[in-house]
Amino acid sequence: MRTLYKFHGGIRPQSNKSQSTQNGIVRTTLPSHLVIPFQQHAGEAAKPIVQVGEYVLKGQLIGIPEGFISSAIHAPTSGIIAALEAQIIAHPSGLTDLCATLLPDGKDEWITHEKTEYLSNTPEQLRQKLRMAGVVGQGGATFPSDVKLKLGMHKVKTLILNGAECEPYITCDDMLMRERASEIVRGAEILCFILAAEEVIIAIEDNKPEAITAMRTAVSGSSKVFEVVEIPTIYPGGGVKQLIKVLTDLEVPSGKLPAEIGVQCFNVATAHSAWRAIAYGEPLLSRIVTVTGNVRRPQNFEALIGTPINELVAHAEELPGANGYIMGGPMMGMRLPSKSVPLVKASNCIIVSSEKLFPPALPALPCIRCTRCSEVCPVNLQPQDLYWFAKAKEFGKAQTFSLFDCIECGACSYVCPSHIPLVQYYRFAKSEIRVRTQEKHSADRARERHEFREYRIEREKQEKAEKLAAKEKAALAAKELEAKSTESVQHEAELHKE
Amino acid sequence: MSVNFSPFISKPDTVARIMLKVLIALLPGIAIYVWYFGPAILVSIFLASITALITEALMLKLRSRPITQYLKDNSALLTGWLLALSIPPLAPWWLVVAGTAFSISVAKHLYGGLGNNLFNPAMVGFAVLIVSFPVQMTHWLTPQGLDQINLDFMAQMEYMFFGVLPHNVTLDAITMATPLDTLKTHLHLDKHVKEILNMPIYGSLAGRGSEMVSLGFLIGGLYLLVNRIINWHIPIAYLCTLFITAGIFHLADPDHYVTPLFHWFSGAAIIGAFFILTDPVSSPTTVKGRIIFAMMAGVITYLIRVFGSFPDGTAFATLLMNICVPLIVLYTQPKVFGKKIKANKKGA
Repeated sequence: MRTLYKFHGGIRPQSNKSQSTQNGIVRTTLPSHLVIPFQQHAGEAAKPIVQVGEYVLKGQLIGIPEGFISSAIHAPTSGIIAALEAQIIAHPSGLTDLCATLLPDGKDEWITHEKTEYLSNTPEQLRQKLRMAGVVGQGGATFPSDVKLKLGMHKVKTLILNGAECEPYITCDDMLMRERASEIVRGAEILCFILAAEEVIIAIEDNKPEAITAMRTAVSGSSKVFEVVEIPTIYPGGGVKQLIKVLTDLEVPSGKLPAEIGVQCFNVATAHSAWRAIAYGEPLLSRIVTVTGNVRRPQNFEALIGTPINELVAHAEELPGANGYIMGGPMMGMRLPSKSVPLVKASNCIIVSSEKLFPPALPALPCIRCTRCSEVCPVNLQPQDLYWFAKAKEFGKAQTFSLFDCIECGACSYVCPSHIPLVQYYRFAKSEIRVRTQEKHSADRARERHEFREYRIEREKQEKAEKLAAKEKAALAAKELEAKSTESVQHEAELHKE
Repeated sequence: MSVNFSPFISKPDTVARIMLKVLIALLPGIAIYVWYFGPAILVSIFLASITALITEALMLKLRSRPITQYLKDNSALLTGWLLALSIPPLAPWWLVVAGTAFSISVAKHLYGGLGNNLFNPAMVGFAVLIVSFPVQMTHWLTPQGLDQINLDFMAQMEYMFFGVLPHNVTLDAITMATPLDTLKTHLHLDKHVKEILNMPIYGSLAGRGSEMVSLGFLIGGLYLLVNRIINWHIPIAYLCTLFITAGIFHLADPDHYVTPLFHWFSGAAIIGAFFILTDPVSSPTTVKGRIIFAMMAGVITYLIRVFGSFPDGTAFATLLMNICVPLIVLYTQPKVFGKKIKANKKGA
């Protein structure tokens, strides 16, 4: 048995997971159209390499990664590229971004893709394959996996597979582990091989006994370095830094990455896609997504990336009273700006919301400094003080009191008896600080430019003056010389006269 | 309108409910108070409640805040109740009214209202009263059951509102100084602790009647702890420090210094530990800070009780320590996850 450790705080909200685990994962039918954003990952957007009107096959590359932190984008089924234009994407602000619209031809015809034995590849080749297969982290941050697998100066000793799934309502990882445990473990073997890690820990919260059993059975056939660890159900226990603390007692230093302390962490779904990408040559074209909330049949679906979310929700049958969709969980998810935004690689869960499920927030009252927030903060911050600083726009102080260490898990807002939207204040303060830093940066550059211009003008003036002076001096000298020479001539003449 | 930003769920907890639970926790103590000293205290509490609500409403109107929404938070009621409990029950009606109005208007709203007051409003009201009306503030009722005249409810009311006592009854016959005060006076007369505690006003732990009231507040305090309305840090640190300080003096000279238990069950020690020092607004927000705050309050309480000129020290200890809260909080910042140094070490 592994000794487990605790992180500060945490909350135990109602899990609401059992609703969507009654039935297995269902593969959805082809939607009417697919909208595929070129930016579905952290980093640079992929560069489109298809034309409008072009026929593409399932799995065909339509966007190539650009830059170090980037990933590839593929056609999830065969059909015609009908448009390449900016469309509303899954972002709370209603932001638009470049997307390809794909009209399926119904044949679902694959490109030629081949199986490979991962051991016959070098880690670098595997990394490149994952990059070109568009494999990104599917826990929510969608960080390109190949970048996390690049061996830097830090040796990764421990590989953690994150199957905690600590947010309420979400069950996609749970169902994936129940149904495809061995594929996850094989994917983890590949990741372990690339990193040359010494141990692999698969962490699952103890409210998923079926998944734990399935994963334990799957690792029993694997090498000894694998260990399935049951961790206590406490939100946000699936947060990377919190999870690492629970499993190893190590604290990832503020502003650093886990790899710097010899740990790397991947979501179980990411390991699964890595396996499909390497072993079968299948790029990341679909994902498991939980559709729950105000629907008749809450369930997990395997849906193609780009599926309009309202078409996906239709499979679970929306109930009357629905007032919008939330992507992600109720703690950290976001309200979607439109019901028809496309499913992306980050979409782990769609909650159909209703007034009954998520009643309107009560009006915010003054903070009474009861510190229920600081008691639950997993980073051990003082949310009541940060709130004060954010409200008073004392951003310097907010930074001194570690505002940027806040992971926005929402535990503070959840427990606040005054119903203050604390996390919103922190988001506001963070973005203000970022804007100001940028402004300061550009102001500094403008000032530098201005100062340099002043300096240049001054220098030119000086040079001109010097030149003028030199000229004058030269002229004077010439005159003197001339005068002297005439003088001497005169003198000579005079001498001659004598 | 529904919530637009995460988190979309929240714990069904409200400030009003927290304050209500604190009010409920005061009930056992109040019930015992009535049992030993008659129902006059209920009238004081009633007066304080009405005054608190009216003053709160007026101040909210002046400050153009939503009146009904804020009135429902029960915080003004709590201030009123705590002040009423720290005033002699037979005090003239205007004393509790003036004190409560001052607490709510000056100590609470002039500092910015709920959540912004530096000092505990009830204790500010108490301090103002004891400094301005020292005579009225020392006429405490003698517990019922002592061989003295006891006023019935109507007679108590008549005195509270009109200052009229029944014939052949003097004020001295029905009131007394507090047990702590009596102890101090008699010690000054060179009497020994043992002799003094033989006086009929003393019970088995401290003052007859009042010790039981403290016990009632202790029960209420434990209810607050169990319900996680308050944390253990302040009450435990305060009472332990008071116990140890009193214990040292008692062990050194038992003839002149009473037992630590006497100090626990006298005056406002228990209600202070669980209900007054724990006011979240005016106490530190860090765990270490709370312990330092409460320990220092414990020492100051003892010093004022034994060497000061006021009968009890809890109120002034609270106010003195309230001043130190911002400093204490700044120097007791906890270590943030993944950081080695604390915020204050960077000179915040």
